[in-house]
Amino acid sequence: MAETHSLQDMRQQAAIAAKVFIQRDYTNGTVCQFQTKFPSELETRIDKQQFEETVRTLNNLYAEAEKLGSQSYIEGCLACLTAYTIFLCMETHYEKVLKKIAKYIQEQNDKIYAPRGLLLTDPIERGLRVIEVTIFEERSLTR
Amino acid sequence: MDVVAERRLGPSLATAGLGTLLPLTANRRDDSPTRRLSFEAHLPRDLSSCGDLNQQLMHLGGSESMRECEYSQISTRSSTPMETPYKKRTPKKRKWESFPGRNKFYCNGRIMMAKQTGVFYLTLVLILVTCGLFFTFDCPFLALQLTPAIPVIGGALFLFVLGTLLRTSFSDPGVLPRATPDEAADLERQIDVANGSSGYRPPPRTKEVVINGQTVKLKYCFTCKIFRPPRASHCSLCDNCVERFDHHCPWVGNCVGRRNYRFFYMFILSLSFLTIFIFAFVITHIILRSHQNGFLSALKDSPARYPFTHVVVCFFSVWSIVGLSGFHTYLISSNQTTNEDIKGSWSSKRGKDNYNPYSYGNIFTNCCAALCGPLPPSLIDRRGFIQSDTPQLTPPTNGITMYGATQSQQSHMVSEIETERPPPPLSSSSRAASQ
Repeated sequence: MAETHSLQDMRQQAAIAAKVFIQRDYTNGTVCQFQTKFPSELETRIDKQQFEETVRTLNNLYAEAEKLGSQSYIEGCLACLTAYTIFLCMETHYEKVLKKIAKYIQEQNDKIYAPRGLLLTDPIERGLRVIEVTIFEERSLTR
Repeated sequence: MDVVAERRLGPSLATAGLGTLLPLTANRRDDSPTRRLSFEAHLPRDLSSCGDLNQQLMHLGGSESMRECEYSQISTRSSTPMETPYKKRTPKKRKWESFPGRNKFYCNGRIMMAKQTGVFYLTLVLILVTCGLFFTFDCPFLALQLTPAIPVIGGALFLFVLGTLLRTSFSDPGVLPRATPDEAADLERQIDVANGSSGYRPPPRTKEVVINGQTVKLKYCFTCKIFRPPRASHCSLCDNCVERFDHHCPWVGNCVGRRNYRFFYMFILSLSFLTIFIFAFVITHIILRSHQNGFLSALKDSPARYPFTHVVVCFFSVWSIVGLSGFHTYLISSNQTTNEDIKGSWSSKRGKDNYNPYSYGNIFTNCCAALCGPLPPSLIDRRGFIQSDTPQLTPPTNGITMYGATQSQQSHMVSEIETERPPPPLSSSSRAASQ
Protein backbone atom coordinates (compact mmCIF):
# COMPACT_ATOMS: atom_id res chain seq x y z
CA MET A 1 0.00 0.00 0.00
CA ALA A 2 3.02 2.28 0.07
CA GLU A 3 2.46 3.48 -3.46
CA THR A 4 -1.12 4.36 -2.72
CA HIS A 5 0.06 6.25 0.34
CA SER A 6 2.13 8.59 -1.77
CA LEU A 7 -0.69 8.95 -4.27
CA GLN A 8 -2.98 9.83 -1.40
CA ASP A 9 -0.60 12.53 -0.20
CA MET A 10 -0.26 13.90 -3.68
CA ARG A 11 -3.97 14.10 -4.33
CA GLN A 12 -4.79 15.68 -1.02
CA GLN A 13 -2.02 18.20 -0.90
CA ALA A 14 -1.39 18.99 -4.54
CA ALA A 15 -3.41 21.49 -6.44
CA ILE A 16 -4.67 20.63 -9.86
CA ALA A 17 -3.01 22.73 -12.49
CA ALA A 18 -4.85 21.46 -15.55
CA LYS A 19 -6.73 18.55 -17.03
CA VAL A 20 -6.05 17.14 -20.44
CA PHE A 21 -8.60 15.03 -22.26
CA ILE A 22 -7.59 12.41 -24.79
CA GLN A 23 -10.55 12.03 -27.11
CA ARG A 24 -11.78 8.96 -28.92
CA ASP A 25 -10.46 7.98 -32.30
CA TYR A 26 -13.30 6.89 -34.59
CA THR A 27 -11.34 6.18 -37.74
CA ASN A 28 -11.85 2.45 -37.26
CA GLY A 29 -15.54 2.71 -36.62
CA THR A 30 -17.33 2.49 -33.32
CA VAL A 31 -14.68 0.34 -31.62
CA CYS A 32 -13.29 1.95 -28.49
CA GLN A 33 -9.95 3.49 -29.42
CA PHE A 34 -8.26 6.63 -28.16
CA GLN A 35 -6.17 9.11 -30.08
CA THR A 36 -2.47 8.51 -29.67
CA LYS A 37 -1.56 12.10 -30.51
CA PHE A 38 0.63 13.49 -27.74
CA PRO A 39 -0.99 16.55 -26.10
CA SER A 40 1.21 19.61 -25.88
CA GLU A 41 0.44 20.25 -22.20
CA LEU A 42 2.24 17.08 -21.20
CA GLU A 43 5.44 17.87 -23.06
CA THR A 44 7.23 19.11 -19.97
CA ARG A 45 6.05 16.28 -17.77
CA ILE A 46 6.42 13.00 -19.53
CA ASP A 47 8.20 11.30 -22.35
CA LYS A 48 6.21 11.15 -25.56
CA GLN A 49 7.08 7.51 -26.18
CA GLN A 50 6.01 6.50 -22.72
CA PHE A 51 2.64 8.17 -23.07
CA GLU A 52 1.94 6.82 -26.50
CA GLU A 53 2.87 3.36 -25.28
CA THR A 54 0.29 3.63 -22.51
CA VAL A 55 -2.45 4.75 -24.88
CA ARG A 56 -1.54 2.08 -27.40
CA THR A 57 -1.71 -0.62 -24.75
CA LEU A 58 -5.10 0.66 -23.65
CA ASN A 59 -6.31 0.62 -27.24
CA ASN A 60 -5.17 -2.96 -27.62
CA LEU A 61 -6.94 -3.97 -24.44
CA TYR A 62 -10.20 -2.37 -25.56
CA ALA A 63 -9.87 -4.03 -28.95
CA GLU A 64 -9.49 -7.34 -27.15
CA ALA A 65 -12.65 -6.66 -25.17
CA GLU A 66 -14.70 -5.98 -28.29
CA LYS A 67 -13.11 -8.58 -30.49
CA LEU A 68 -15.43 -10.80 -32.51
CA GLY A 69 -13.91 -14.20 -32.22
CA SER A 70 -14.93 -17.73 -31.46
CA GLN A 71 -14.79 -17.06 -27.74
CA SER A 72 -17.27 -14.21 -27.88
CA TYR A 73 -19.58 -16.16 -30.17
CA ILE A 74 -19.57 -19.16 -27.85
CA GLU A 75 -20.26 -16.91 -24.90
CA GLY A 76 -23.07 -15.18 -26.79
CA CYS A 77 -24.76 -18.39 -27.86
CA LEU A 78 -24.41 -19.98 -24.46
CA ALA A 79 -25.89 -16.90 -22.87
CA CYS A 80 -28.83 -16.92 -25.27
CA LEU A 81 -29.53 -20.59 -24.61
CA THR A 82 -29.52 -20.11 -20.85
CA ALA A 83 -31.72 -16.99 -21.20
CA TYR A 84 -28.79 -14.87 -20.02
CA THR A 85 -28.93 -16.36 -16.54
CA ILE A 86 -25.38 -17.54 -16.98
CA PHE A 87 -24.20 -14.02 -16.24
CA LEU A 88 -25.32 -14.46 -12.68
CA CYS A 89 -22.44 -16.86 -12.19
CA MET A 90 -19.78 -15.54 -14.48
CA GLU A 91 -18.62 -12.22 -15.83
CA THR A 92 -18.82 -11.28 -19.44
CA HIS A 93 -15.59 -11.25 -21.38
CA TYR A 94 -15.87 -7.48 -21.67
CA GLU A 95 -16.06 -7.07 -17.90
CA LYS A 96 -13.03 -9.28 -17.40
CA VAL A 97 -11.02 -7.10 -19.76
CA LEU A 98 -12.29 -3.94 -18.06
CA LYS A 99 -10.90 -5.25 -14.80
CA LYS A 100 -7.58 -5.89 -16.51
CA ILE A 101 -7.64 -2.33 -17.82
CA ALA A 102 -8.36 -0.94 -14.36
CA LYS A 103 -5.41 -2.84 -12.95
CA TYR A 104 -3.17 -1.68 -15.78
CA ILE A 105 -4.10 1.95 -15.25
CA GLN A 106 -3.51 1.72 -11.54
CA GLU A 107 -0.15 0.14 -12.16
CA GLN A 108 0.80 2.83 -14.68
CA ASN A 109 -0.30 5.53 -12.28
CA ASP A 110 1.76 4.08 -9.47
CA LYS A 111 4.91 3.49 -11.46
CA ILE A 112 5.05 6.17 -14.09
CA TYR A 113 2.49 8.94 -13.76
CA ALA A 114 2.29 9.67 -10.06
CA PRO A 115 6.04 10.32 -9.71
CA ARG A 116 5.66 12.94 -12.45
CA GLY A 117 2.65 14.59 -10.89
CA LEU A 118 0.12 13.18 -13.32
CA LEU A 119 -2.93 10.99 -12.85
CA LEU A 120 -4.79 8.92 -15.39
CA THR A 121 -8.51 8.40 -14.84
CA ASP A 122 -9.97 5.13 -16.04
CA PRO A 123 -12.05 5.94 -19.15
CA ILE A 124 -14.92 3.79 -17.91
CA GLU A 125 -15.57 6.43 -15.27
CA ARG A 126 -16.03 8.96 -18.04
CA GLY A 127 -18.34 6.75 -20.08
CA LEU A 128 -15.50 5.61 -22.37
CA ARG A 129 -15.46 9.07 -23.93
CA VAL A 130 -12.06 10.37 -22.86
CA ILE A 131 -8.90 9.51 -21.00
CA GLU A 132 -8.66 12.25 -18.42
CA VAL A 133 -5.12 13.17 -17.42
CA THR A 134 -4.94 15.36 -14.34
CA ILE A 135 -1.82 17.49 -14.07
CA PHE A 136 -0.87 18.41 -10.52
CA GLU A 137 1.20 21.42 -9.60
CA GLU A 138 4.82 20.52 -9.07
CA ARG A 139 5.54 22.11 -5.71
CA SER A 140 3.48 19.91 -3.42
CA LEU A 141 4.81 16.50 -4.41
CA THR A 142 6.13 14.62 -1.40
CA ARG A 143 7.82 11.82 -3.28
CA MET B 1 -55.53 -3.04 -33.49
CA ASP B 2 -58.05 -1.44 -31.18
CA VAL B 3 -56.71 -0.12 -27.95
CA VAL B 4 -57.88 -2.26 -25.11
CA ALA B 5 -58.58 -0.63 -21.76
CA GLU B 6 -55.30 -0.27 -20.03
CA ARG B 7 -54.69 -2.12 -16.79
CA ARG B 8 -51.85 -0.87 -14.70
CA LEU B 9 -49.82 -3.73 -13.44
CA GLY B 10 -47.73 -2.77 -10.48
CA PRO B 11 -44.02 -3.40 -10.30
CA SER B 12 -44.80 -6.55 -8.33
CA LEU B 13 -45.69 -8.37 -11.50
CA ALA B 14 -42.69 -6.95 -13.25
CA THR B 15 -40.34 -8.10 -10.55
CA ALA B 16 -41.91 -11.48 -9.99
CA GLY B 17 -39.76 -14.15 -11.49
CA LEU B 18 -37.34 -11.53 -12.68
CA GLY B 19 -34.52 -12.45 -10.40
CA THR B 20 -32.70 -14.52 -12.96
CA LEU B 21 -32.96 -11.99 -15.72
CA LEU B 22 -31.77 -8.80 -14.09
CA PRO B 23 -28.65 -7.26 -15.55
CA LEU B 24 -26.10 -7.26 -12.79
CA THR B 25 -23.23 -5.53 -14.53
CA ALA B 26 -23.72 -2.32 -12.62
CA ASN B 27 -23.23 -4.03 -9.27
CA ARG B 28 -19.91 -5.58 -9.89
CA ARG B 29 -18.00 -2.39 -10.47
CA ASP B 30 -18.70 -1.16 -6.98
CA ASP B 31 -16.18 -3.60 -5.57
CA SER B 32 -13.31 -2.98 -7.94
CA PRO B 33 -10.16 -1.53 -6.45
CA THR B 34 -10.32 1.37 -8.88
CA ARG B 35 -13.51 2.55 -7.24
CA ARG B 36 -11.85 2.83 -3.85
CA LEU B 37 -8.86 4.54 -5.33
CA SER B 38 -10.91 7.04 -7.29
CA PHE B 39 -13.05 7.78 -4.28
CA GLU B 40 -10.00 8.63 -2.24
CA ALA B 41 -8.75 10.79 -5.08
CA HIS B 42 -11.77 13.01 -4.92
CA LEU B 43 -11.52 13.99 -1.27
CA PRO B 44 -11.92 17.75 -0.91
CA ARG B 45 -8.75 19.55 -0.09
CA ASP B 46 -10.12 21.61 2.74
CA LEU B 47 -10.67 18.56 4.91
CA SER B 48 -7.15 18.47 6.27
CA SER B 49 -8.47 16.73 9.36
CA CYS B 50 -9.64 13.96 7.13
CA GLY B 51 -6.24 13.88 5.47
CA ASP B 52 -4.39 13.43 8.77
CA LEU B 53 -6.84 10.82 9.86
CA ASN B 54 -6.39 9.13 6.55
CA GLN B 55 -2.63 9.02 6.87
CA GLN B 56 -2.83 7.56 10.37
CA LEU B 57 -5.32 5.00 9.32
CA MET B 58 -3.52 4.05 6.14
CA HIS B 59 -1.70 1.40 8.07
CA LEU B 60 -4.97 -0.30 8.82
CA GLY B 61 -5.68 -0.83 5.19
CA GLY B 62 -7.22 1.10 2.36
CA SER B 63 -10.87 0.25 2.71
CA GLU B 64 -11.02 1.03 6.39
CA SER B 65 -9.48 4.41 5.84
CA MET B 66 -12.06 5.09 3.18
CA ARG B 67 -14.86 4.32 5.56
CA GLU B 68 -13.28 6.46 8.25
CA CYS B 69 -13.02 9.27 5.78
CA GLU B 70 -16.67 8.89 4.84
CA TYR B 71 -17.61 9.13 8.47
CA SER B 72 -15.56 12.17 9.33
CA GLN B 73 -16.53 13.85 6.08
CA ILE B 74 -20.17 13.67 6.93
CA SER B 75 -19.73 14.84 10.50
CA THR B 76 -17.89 18.02 9.47
CA ARG B 77 -19.93 18.94 6.45
CA SER B 78 -23.52 18.13 7.16
CA SER B 79 -25.59 19.93 9.76
CA THR B 80 -27.54 16.91 10.94
CA PRO B 81 -25.55 14.77 13.31
CA MET B 82 -25.25 11.08 12.73
CA GLU B 83 -27.56 9.27 15.09
CA THR B 84 -25.73 6.01 15.00
CA PRO B 85 -22.11 5.86 13.95
CA TYR B 86 -22.90 2.76 11.94
CA LYS B 87 -20.38 2.83 9.15
CA LYS B 88 -22.48 1.27 6.42
CA ARG B 89 -25.50 3.52 6.91
CA THR B 90 -24.09 6.71 5.49
CA PRO B 91 -26.93 8.65 3.83
CA LYS B 92 -25.38 8.53 0.38
CA LYS B 93 -27.38 8.75 -2.76
CA ARG B 94 -26.96 6.36 -5.61
CA LYS B 95 -26.21 7.75 -9.03
CA TRP B 96 -29.56 6.80 -10.51
CA GLU B 97 -31.32 9.14 -8.11
CA SER B 98 -29.71 12.14 -9.74
CA PHE B 99 -29.66 10.85 -13.29
CA PRO B 100 -30.18 13.78 -15.66
CA GLY B 101 -32.20 11.93 -18.30
CA ARG B 102 -35.94 11.37 -18.34
CA ASN B 103 -35.89 7.77 -17.22
CA LYS B 104 -37.66 5.90 -14.50
CA PHE B 105 -35.75 3.59 -12.21
CA TYR B 106 -37.05 0.71 -10.14
CA CYS B 107 -35.57 -1.78 -7.71
CA ASN B 108 -33.00 0.70 -6.44
CA GLY B 109 -31.54 1.36 -9.85
CA ARG B 110 -31.54 -2.16 -11.24
CA ILE B 111 -34.39 -1.54 -13.65
CA MET B 112 -34.35 1.34 -16.10
CA MET B 113 -37.25 2.35 -18.31
CA ALA B 114 -38.50 5.31 -20.29
CA LYS B 115 -40.85 7.83 -18.77
CA GLN B 116 -44.01 6.74 -20.59
CA THR B 117 -44.63 3.12 -19.82
CA GLY B 118 -48.36 2.84 -20.45
CA VAL B 119 -47.98 1.10 -23.79
CA PHE B 120 -45.54 -1.38 -22.28
CA TYR B 121 -48.19 -2.51 -19.82
CA LEU B 122 -50.58 -2.85 -22.73
CA THR B 123 -48.09 -5.14 -24.49
CA LEU B 124 -47.79 -7.25 -21.36
CA VAL B 125 -51.54 -7.49 -20.97
CA LEU B 126 -52.07 -8.46 -24.60
CA ILE B 127 -49.47 -11.19 -24.44
CA LEU B 128 -50.65 -12.54 -21.09
CA VAL B 129 -54.33 -12.49 -22.00
CA THR B 130 -53.84 -14.10 -25.40
CA CYS B 131 -51.61 -16.82 -24.03
CA GLY B 132 -53.82 -17.26 -21.01
CA LEU B 133 -56.85 -17.87 -23.20
CA PHE B 134 -54.87 -20.24 -25.38
CA PHE B 135 -53.65 -22.34 -22.48
CA THR B 136 -57.02 -22.40 -20.76
CA PHE B 137 -59.31 -23.17 -23.65
CA ASP B 138 -57.37 -24.64 -26.51
CA CYS B 139 -54.63 -26.61 -24.87
CA PRO B 140 -56.70 -29.14 -22.96
CA PHE B 141 -58.53 -30.12 -26.14
CA LEU B 142 -55.42 -30.17 -28.30
CA ALA B 143 -53.33 -32.01 -25.73
CA LEU B 144 -55.88 -34.78 -25.65
CA GLN B 145 -56.66 -34.90 -29.35
CA LEU B 146 -53.23 -34.37 -30.81
CA THR B 147 -50.22 -34.36 -28.52
CA PRO B 148 -49.25 -32.93 -25.12
CA ALA B 149 -46.19 -31.45 -26.76
CA ILE B 150 -48.32 -28.52 -27.90
CA PRO B 151 -48.78 -26.86 -24.51
CA VAL B 152 -45.16 -27.65 -23.66
CA ILE B 153 -43.79 -25.91 -26.73
CA GLY B 154 -46.29 -23.13 -26.30
CA GLY B 155 -45.23 -22.69 -22.71
CA ALA B 156 -41.55 -22.58 -23.59
CA LEU B 157 -42.15 -20.01 -26.31
CA PHE B 158 -44.28 -17.93 -23.96
CA LEU B 159 -41.58 -17.89 -21.29
CA PHE B 160 -38.92 -16.96 -23.83
CA VAL B 161 -41.06 -14.10 -25.17
CA LEU B 162 -41.68 -12.79 -21.69
CA GLY B 163 -38.03 -13.09 -20.72
CA THR B 164 -36.75 -11.22 -23.74
CA LEU B 165 -39.44 -8.55 -23.41
CA LEU B 166 -38.53 -7.86 -19.81
CA ARG B 167 -34.86 -7.89 -20.60
CA THR B 168 -35.35 -5.37 -23.43
CA SER B 169 -37.53 -3.12 -21.34
CA PHE B 170 -35.52 -3.13 -18.17
CA SER B 171 -31.95 -2.88 -19.36
CA ASP B 172 -29.87 0.15 -20.18
CA PRO B 173 -29.97 0.54 -23.99
CA GLY B 174 -26.47 2.01 -24.09
CA VAL B 175 -26.95 5.48 -22.65
CA LEU B 176 -23.93 7.73 -22.87
CA PRO B 177 -23.34 9.64 -19.66
CA ARG B 178 -23.21 13.39 -20.00
CA ALA B 179 -19.90 15.19 -20.03
CA THR B 180 -18.38 16.39 -16.77
CA PRO B 181 -18.02 20.19 -16.53
CA ASP B 182 -14.27 19.94 -17.13
CA GLU B 183 -14.73 17.97 -20.32
CA ALA B 184 -17.42 20.32 -21.57
CA ALA B 185 -15.23 23.34 -20.88
CA ASP B 186 -12.31 21.71 -22.64
CA LEU B 187 -14.43 21.00 -25.73
CA GLU B 188 -15.75 24.55 -25.72
CA ARG B 189 -12.22 25.87 -25.64
CA GLN B 190 -11.22 23.70 -28.59
CA ILE B 191 -14.24 24.77 -30.60
CA ASP B 192 -13.67 28.44 -29.84
CA VAL B 193 -10.08 28.14 -30.93
CA ALA B 194 -11.16 26.46 -34.14
CA ASN B 195 -13.87 28.99 -34.94
CA GLY B 196 -12.13 32.16 -33.92
CA SER B 197 -14.12 35.03 -32.52
CA SER B 198 -15.82 36.35 -35.58
CA GLY B 199 -18.90 38.50 -35.37
CA TYR B 200 -21.33 36.32 -37.26
CA ARG B 201 -22.59 32.93 -36.19
CA PRO B 202 -20.48 30.07 -37.58
CA PRO B 203 -22.17 26.85 -38.76
CA PRO B 204 -23.33 24.30 -36.14
CA ARG B 205 -20.74 22.18 -34.50
CA THR B 206 -19.76 19.07 -36.41
CA LYS B 207 -16.62 17.07 -36.72
CA GLU B 208 -15.84 15.00 -39.76
CA VAL B 209 -14.23 11.62 -39.52
CA VAL B 210 -13.32 9.13 -42.19
CA ILE B 211 -14.40 5.62 -41.35
CA ASN B 212 -13.48 2.86 -43.75
CA GLY B 213 -13.38 5.32 -46.59
CA GLN B 214 -16.71 7.01 -45.86
CA THR B 215 -16.92 10.53 -44.45
CA VAL B 216 -19.10 10.54 -41.37
CA LYS B 217 -20.24 13.72 -39.61
CA LEU B 218 -20.14 13.68 -35.83
CA LYS B 219 -22.62 16.09 -34.35
CA TYR B 220 -22.26 17.97 -31.10
CA CYS B 221 -25.05 17.26 -28.62
CA PHE B 222 -26.00 20.44 -26.79
CA THR B 223 -27.79 18.59 -24.03
CA CYS B 224 -25.10 16.06 -23.25
CA LYS B 225 -22.23 18.40 -24.24
CA ILE B 226 -20.34 15.74 -26.15
CA PHE B 227 -19.60 14.98 -29.73
CA ARG B 228 -21.79 12.01 -30.41
CA PRO B 229 -19.94 8.87 -31.45
CA PRO B 230 -20.88 7.54 -34.88
CA ARG B 231 -24.27 5.80 -34.91
CA ALA B 232 -25.27 7.37 -31.62
CA SER B 233 -28.33 9.55 -31.49
CA HIS B 234 -30.11 11.63 -28.91
CA CYS B 235 -33.51 10.30 -27.93
CA SER B 236 -35.81 13.24 -27.34
CA LEU B 237 -38.23 11.15 -25.32
CA CYS B 238 -35.65 9.90 -22.85
CA ASP B 239 -33.37 12.94 -23.18
CA ASN B 240 -30.26 10.77 -23.47
CA CYS B 241 -27.69 10.07 -26.11
CA VAL B 242 -27.81 6.36 -26.87
CA GLU B 243 -25.08 4.37 -28.57
CA ARG B 244 -26.03 2.70 -31.82
CA PHE B 245 -29.49 4.16 -31.48
CA ASP B 246 -32.08 2.10 -33.30
CA HIS B 247 -35.39 3.62 -32.27
CA HIS B 248 -37.48 4.37 -29.23
CA CYS B 249 -40.05 1.64 -28.90
CA PRO B 250 -43.15 2.56 -26.89
CA TRP B 251 -44.36 -1.05 -26.95
CA VAL B 252 -41.31 -2.03 -25.02
CA GLY B 253 -41.20 1.15 -22.96
CA ASN B 254 -37.52 1.86 -23.64
CA CYS B 255 -35.05 2.92 -26.30
CA VAL B 256 -33.54 0.18 -28.40
CA GLY B 257 -29.81 0.67 -28.68
CA ARG B 258 -26.53 -1.14 -28.60
CA ARG B 259 -27.01 -3.05 -25.39
CA ASN B 260 -30.54 -4.31 -25.84
CA TYR B 261 -30.94 -4.65 -29.60
CA ARG B 262 -30.35 -8.39 -29.52
CA PHE B 263 -32.98 -8.86 -26.82
CA PHE B 264 -35.41 -6.76 -28.83
CA TYR B 265 -34.79 -8.84 -31.93
CA MET B 266 -35.18 -12.09 -29.99
CA PHE B 267 -38.39 -10.72 -28.55
CA ILE B 268 -40.03 -9.88 -31.88
CA LEU B 269 -38.74 -13.08 -33.47
CA SER B 270 -40.06 -15.31 -30.71
CA LEU B 271 -43.28 -13.32 -30.55
CA SER B 272 -43.77 -13.95 -34.29
CA PHE B 273 -43.34 -17.67 -33.71
CA LEU B 274 -45.67 -17.54 -30.73
CA THR B 275 -48.44 -15.70 -32.58
CA ILE B 276 -48.15 -17.99 -35.60
CA PHE B 277 -48.17 -20.98 -33.25
CA ILE B 278 -51.26 -19.80 -31.40
CA PHE B 279 -52.98 -18.74 -34.60
CA ALA B 280 -52.35 -22.11 -36.22
CA PHE B 281 -53.53 -24.15 -33.26
CA VAL B 282 -56.64 -22.09 -32.60
CA ILE B 283 -57.65 -22.68 -36.19
CA THR B 284 -56.81 -26.37 -35.78
CA HIS B 285 -58.95 -26.47 -32.67
CA ILE B 286 -61.94 -24.95 -34.47
CA ILE B 287 -61.51 -27.29 -37.42
CA LEU B 288 -61.25 -30.39 -35.25
CA ARG B 289 -64.28 -29.42 -33.22
CA SER B 290 -66.33 -28.69 -36.29
CA HIS B 291 -65.39 -32.10 -37.69
CA GLN B 292 -66.66 -33.67 -34.51
CA ASN B 293 -69.76 -31.60 -33.89
CA GLY B 294 -70.39 -29.40 -36.89
CA PHE B 295 -69.27 -25.81 -37.32
CA LEU B 296 -72.02 -23.92 -35.49
CA SER B 297 -71.99 -26.04 -32.36
CA ALA B 298 -68.20 -25.75 -32.31
CA LEU B 299 -68.65 -22.02 -31.95
CA LYS B 300 -71.25 -22.45 -29.24
CA ASP B 301 -68.97 -24.72 -27.23
CA SER B 302 -66.26 -22.15 -26.77
CA PRO B 303 -67.43 -19.26 -24.63
CA ALA B 304 -68.43 -15.83 -25.97
CA ARG B 305 -67.18 -16.19 -29.56
CA TYR B 306 -63.71 -16.08 -28.15
CA PRO B 307 -62.13 -17.98 -31.07
CA PHE B 308 -63.09 -15.24 -33.46
CA THR B 309 -61.66 -12.39 -31.41
CA HIS B 310 -58.66 -14.54 -30.79
CA VAL B 311 -58.26 -15.24 -34.46
CA VAL B 312 -58.71 -11.60 -35.36
CA VAL B 313 -56.11 -10.42 -32.82
CA CYS B 314 -53.69 -13.07 -33.94
CA PHE B 315 -54.22 -12.29 -37.59
CA PHE B 316 -53.34 -8.63 -37.18
CA SER B 317 -50.43 -9.37 -34.84
CA VAL B 318 -49.04 -11.92 -37.23
CA TRP B 319 -48.87 -9.48 -40.08
CA SER B 320 -47.44 -6.58 -38.09
CA ILE B 321 -45.01 -8.55 -35.94
CA VAL B 322 -43.83 -10.91 -38.66
CA GLY B 323 -43.35 -7.88 -40.87
CA LEU B 324 -41.33 -6.16 -38.19
CA SER B 325 -39.20 -9.26 -37.65
CA GLY B 326 -38.51 -9.44 -41.34
CA PHE B 327 -37.52 -5.79 -41.42
CA HIS B 328 -35.14 -6.17 -38.50
CA THR B 329 -33.66 -9.32 -40.00
CA TYR B 330 -32.83 -7.24 -43.06
CA LEU B 331 -31.33 -4.51 -40.86
CA ILE B 332 -29.19 -6.97 -38.95
CA SER B 333 -27.90 -8.66 -42.06
CA SER B 334 -26.86 -5.32 -43.54
CA ASN B 335 -25.66 -3.93 -40.18
CA GLN B 336 -27.83 -0.83 -40.23
CA THR B 337 -29.97 0.79 -37.60
CA THR B 338 -33.61 1.77 -38.12
CA ASN B 339 -32.47 5.36 -37.80
CA GLU B 340 -29.96 5.00 -40.64
CA ASP B 341 -32.37 3.10 -42.83
CA ILE B 342 -35.12 5.66 -42.47
CA LYS B 343 -32.75 8.53 -43.22
CA GLY B 344 -31.22 6.59 -46.09
CA SER B 345 -27.73 7.30 -44.79
CA TRP B 346 -26.10 4.44 -46.65
CA SER B 347 -28.45 3.98 -49.55
CA SER B 348 -26.98 4.00 -53.02
CA LYS B 349 -29.52 6.64 -54.01
CA ARG B 350 -27.40 9.24 -52.25
CA GLY B 351 -24.44 8.69 -54.45
CA LYS B 352 -22.53 6.08 -56.30
CA ASP B 353 -19.84 5.78 -53.69
CA ASN B 354 -22.17 5.65 -50.74
CA TYR B 355 -21.88 2.42 -48.80
CA ASN B 356 -22.21 1.28 -45.21
CA PRO B 357 -18.80 1.53 -43.54
CA TYR B 358 -19.85 -0.55 -40.57
CA SER B 359 -20.89 -3.63 -42.47
CA TYR B 360 -18.51 -6.58 -42.25
CA GLY B 361 -19.15 -7.50 -45.86
CA ASN B 362 -21.09 -10.70 -45.47
CA ILE B 363 -24.49 -11.44 -43.95
CA PHE B 364 -23.30 -14.16 -41.61
CA THR B 365 -20.69 -11.99 -39.88
CA ASN B 366 -23.15 -9.12 -39.61
CA CYS B 367 -25.71 -11.36 -37.92
CA CYS B 368 -23.17 -12.89 -35.58
CA ALA B 369 -21.82 -9.50 -34.63
CA ALA B 370 -25.25 -8.12 -33.82
CA LEU B 371 -26.59 -11.14 -31.97
CA CYS B 372 -23.63 -12.99 -30.50
CA GLY B 373 -21.04 -10.24 -30.19
CA PRO B 374 -19.67 -9.14 -26.82
CA LEU B 375 -22.20 -7.36 -24.64
CA PRO B 376 -20.73 -4.06 -23.48
CA PRO B 377 -21.39 -3.08 -19.87
CA SER B 378 -23.55 -0.17 -18.87
CA LEU B 379 -21.67 3.12 -18.94
CA ILE B 380 -23.86 4.91 -16.49
CA ASP B 381 -23.22 2.87 -13.32
CA ARG B 382 -26.71 3.35 -11.94
CA ARG B 383 -26.13 1.75 -8.57
CA GLY B 384 -22.81 3.38 -7.75
CA PHE B 385 -22.73 5.90 -4.96
CA ILE B 386 -22.30 9.57 -5.68
CA GLN B 387 -18.82 10.54 -4.60
CA SER B 388 -17.76 13.75 -2.92
CA ASP B 389 -16.81 16.88 -4.82
CA THR B 390 -14.06 16.69 -7.36
CA PRO B 391 -11.99 19.86 -7.01
CA GLN B 392 -13.14 21.73 -10.06
CA LEU B 393 -10.52 23.67 -11.90
CA THR B 394 -12.83 25.60 -14.21
CA PRO B 395 -15.35 28.14 -13.03
CA PRO B 396 -19.01 27.59 -13.86
CA THR B 397 -19.60 27.98 -17.54
CA ASN B 398 -21.27 31.37 -17.33
CA GLY B 399 -18.92 33.33 -19.46
CA ILE B 400 -18.68 31.06 -22.44
CA THR B 401 -20.36 32.38 -25.52
CA MET B 402 -22.28 29.86 -27.55
CA TYR B 403 -20.99 30.04 -31.07
CA GLY B 404 -23.10 28.22 -33.52
CA ALA B 405 -25.97 27.60 -31.18
CA THR B 406 -29.41 28.45 -32.45
CA GLN B 407 -31.49 30.88 -30.44
CA SER B 408 -33.58 28.19 -28.79
CA GLN B 409 -30.55 26.09 -27.95
CA GLN B 410 -28.77 29.14 -26.62
CA SER B 411 -31.61 30.00 -24.31
CA HIS B 412 -31.77 26.36 -23.28
CA MET B 413 -28.07 26.44 -22.44
CA VAL B 414 -28.38 29.72 -20.57
CA SER B 415 -31.29 28.47 -18.55
CA GLU B 416 -29.35 25.32 -17.77
CA ILE B 417 -26.38 27.34 -16.56
CA GLU B 418 -28.47 29.70 -14.52
CA THR B 419 -30.16 27.03 -12.46
CA GLU B 420 -28.71 26.58 -9.01
CA ARG B 421 -26.59 23.67 -9.96
CA PRO B 422 -25.83 22.09 -13.29
CA PRO B 423 -27.11 18.58 -13.92
CA PRO B 424 -24.72 16.69 -11.69
CA PRO B 425 -22.14 14.80 -13.66
CA LEU B 426 -21.87 11.22 -12.67
CA SER B 427 -18.37 11.13 -11.29
CA SER B 428 -18.64 14.03 -8.90
CA SER B 429 -21.25 14.65 -6.34
CA SER B 430 -24.28 16.82 -6.54
CA ARG B 431 -23.28 19.93 -4.69
CA ALA B 432 -26.81 20.53 -3.58
CA ALA B 433 -26.58 17.42 -1.46
CA SER B 434 -23.95 18.96 0.72
CA GLN B 435 -24.70 22.66 0.54
